[in-house]
Amino acid sequence: MTASGGSLAARAGSDAPTEQSAEKAFGFWVYLMTDAVIFALLFATFVVMSTGTAGGPTGKDLFSLPRTFGETMLLLASSTTFGLATVAKTKRVVVRWLLLTILLGLGFVGLEVLEFTGMISRGAGPDRSGYLSAFFTLVGTHGLHVSIGMVCIAVVIGQIVVKGLTEPVSSRLLRLGMFWHFLDIVWIGIFSVVYLPGVL
Amino acid sequence: MLGRLTIEALPLYSAIAAGGALVTVLGALAAVAVITWLGAWRVLWTDWLTSVDHKRIGVMYVALALIMLLRGFVDAIMMRAQQAVALNSDGYLPPEHFDQVFSSHGTIMIFFMAMPFLTGLINIVAPQQIGARDVAFPYLNAVSLWLTAAGAGLVLVSLVIGKFSTAGWTGYPPYSGAEYNPGVGVDYWIWAVLIAGVGSTLTGINFVVTILRKRAPGMTLMRMPLFAWTTLCTSILMAFAFPAITVVAVLLELDRLLGMHFFTNGGGGNIMNYANLLWIWGHPEVYILILPAFGIYSHVVTTFSGRRLFGYTSLVYATCAIAFLSFTVWLHHFFTMGSSANVNAAFGIATMIIAVPTGVKVFDWLFTMYRGRIRFHVSMMYTLAFIVTFVIGGVSGVLLALPPADYLMHNSTFLVAHFHNMLIPGALFGYFAGLNFWFPKALGFKLDERWGKRSFWCWVIGFYLAFMPLYVLGFMGMPRRMEHYDTAAWQPWLIVAAIGAIFVLFGLVFLVIQIAVSFQRRAELKDWTGDPWNGRTLEWLTSSPPAPYNFATIPEVRERDAFFDMKNRRIAYAKPARYEDISVPRNSPFGLIVGGLAGIVGFAMVWHIWWLSAVALMAAAIAVAVRSSNDDPDDIIPAADIAAREERRLDEMARAPALPSADGGVAAAGAALPGTAT
Repeated sequence: MTASGGSLAARAGSDAPTEQSAEKAFGFWVYLMTDAVIFALLFATFVVMSTGTAGGPTGKDLFSLPRTFGETMLLLASSTTFGLATVAKTKRVVVRWLLLTILLGLGFVGLEVLEFTGMISRGAGPDRSGYLSAFFTLVGTHGLHVSIGMVCIAVVIGQIVVKGLTEPVSSRLLRLGMFWHFLDIVWIGIFSVVYLPGVL
Repeated sequence: MLGRLTIEALPLYSAIAAGGALVTVLGALAAVAVITWLGAWRVLWTDWLTSVDHKRIGVMYVALALIMLLRGFVDAIMMRAQQAVALNSDGYLPPEHFDQVFSSHGTIMIFFMAMPFLTGLINIVAPQQIGARDVAFPYLNAVSLWLTAAGAGLVLVSLVIGKFSTAGWTGYPPYSGAEYNPGVGVDYWIWAVLIAGVGSTLTGINFVVTILRKRAPGMTLMRMPLFAWTTLCTSILMAFAFPAITVVAVLLELDRLLGMHFFTNGGGGNIMNYANLLWIWGHPEVYILILPAFGIYSHVVTTFSGRRLFGYTSLVYATCAIAFLSFTVWLHHFFTMGSSANVNAAFGIATMIIAVPTGVKVFDWLFTMYRGRIRFHVSMMYTLAFIVTFVIGGVSGVLLALPPADYLMHNSTFLVAHFHNMLIPGALFGYFAGLNFWFPKALGFKLDERWGKRSFWCWVIGFYLAFMPLYVLGFMGMPRRMEHYDTAAWQPWLIVAAIGAIFVLFGLVFLVIQIAVSFQRRAELKDWTGDPWNGRTLEWLTSSPPAPYNFATIPEVRERDAFFDMKNRRIAYAKPARYEDISVPRNSPFGLIVGGLAGIVGFAMVWHIWWLSAVALMAAAIAVAVRSSNDDPDDIIPAADIAAREERRLDEMARAPALPSADGGVAAAGAALPGTAT
């Protein structure tokens, strides 16, 4: 937050790629904070509604720790593969790690969809109780983020294949990485606030 | 195929509703006809609708705000007319319609009048004030504009197709839930607020980055103009408060669409959570509306008193303190919900504390005027009216901050008087001051002062007549939002309030005349120098209207009043050794496309046309993906063009006639010129 240093000439060339990428990265941090506010309010809502089960099933009846553990491992592994993609040097390797990231992400979302459909078929859908509304909305919002993230990864893969690892493309990859790791952190929160107290 | 959209949706249930729809449709047709008659479609498309220039985006925001101000005011005068006559009778508005009117009045005035107005002024001014050539994210900026416009469009469409919400602008459940409100009204409200709210969040992000990263060399934080400071604080509030309204709107829609139980009476729902979530956004929102106006007043007071701002540092700290405290007082909107006495007391005290930095500001403005040579420009008159009127509103607010007193006044017209007393002088008068102050900067000619002063007096007199009676009625026990009543003692006061609304009507009519007359006399009112009021901050260094790149060379800042300092050193208009190429973002219909598609998604969701919302959503996603793959969004303006343009400007300035209105500003700017141009 310094007073935008740099000489007059550097400022005049406002299209200088590094300066622009730095601004975009900063803007993306601010965006992530706004998204964090959304999740914070959904967490708060979940905690407020955790007693509103309306005589319906609770976390103890519904959650399976092994499945949640599997989801967690898939997501954490996908963060690792994304990290490896951002440090890889050649186009081929980057694309390979990103494809693996999508695959792991698909596994995560797939397990979540199985969990959701299983619950709905047992009469424990989001319209059953306030508690379940909050559960589906919080966990589903995270899952939606992961899904959108996968679409974005696919778009970036396309850009890498077409344009190569140019400065704009790799700066996009970097920001997408921030988003992906952010979702990991949110998931840790969901694991500890939603699932663990539910089964313990 | 069309969900629940049938021919029944047309508002043929009452003559007044049909009339409103007809006026809306005819207004749209008239606009199309005028544009066609002027042959202006191409200009409109290339220079405005697809523009990503922050000044033009700002002008479009303000234009949207003024249109919605007219619409919101029609709602207001309808309510005043109804209440003036509805003693022991039904008046002319049926309850169902009256409820729509007060719901849309609040929604429009907050989301689609005040928000675009302040965002527009920020867009026009803030980048120039910090010596920047553009905002950080010009394309995102266009997306924000068109998302806001899409939300406003949904509210306007609701007048013609279907009905608007009857649940008030805050949409409290369970009344806004599917059980009691199965129609489309609440859905219109939800989607309008949701789409525009995302636009505001993005604006917040954009300006946080712009202010923190794009300041001219030498402009430290404590050398920023005060409006840039209030822009920064407002943007932080937008970025961190608006996600809350996004969440609350989505949760309410989930309740309505999927039968969830967030806010329902039964099924484990928790209605109080809605009030909390809404006001976690809602209270910071009050300061989002007011802080930019505080910034405007600070510049108007210094410029038209010809003095440095008194207590700059205290004003900055007061602004930051208000921004922080605004997140700590939300519960005072529902003291009566039944939190414990200790909780209510804590929030009551926090509310009273927030009045302290606000008081500091009032004294700073007063001391800035002290011993100044005050010029009574329209902006200055709005500022003076604000200081007096706002203090009254502030005092009534401190009174309401006491939970026991609030229990007596809650939901009465006293509250209505209080918040209008904050928002009309505190926000709207500020925007009007900003409009009169910066209009020449944005469009190149000044606004006619005579009609401006007429409008001003109507607004001030109208405000007092319309809202002081509501304080009295509150003490007499009149609840807000009454469609009819049987207490004869209320009626005289309500008639006075209606007369006030008529004064405000004239204020608005004169404002429209002011703009029209100024446009007609634009040659005579031309701002030759770019510095019509003898300004002190960098936005007055650029030409009026500014070049697409704002500054041919980025100024170096040594002083808080950077431009004033440059004029004193006679370097304000010094020619640089050489001009350089400047890159500016290229026009693009991207923002318009995303905004339009968002509007279609909203409309389709309101009417349960699932396939259409899916298609529009998909198209928007593709637009974003395509746009994000564009690595070369800039055009280069060659140095030769810039040199020619700047030469022309200096030439014009040298030939600028000294205006007969002799407000001192032009003469001073002209005087600075000879020593510099040569």
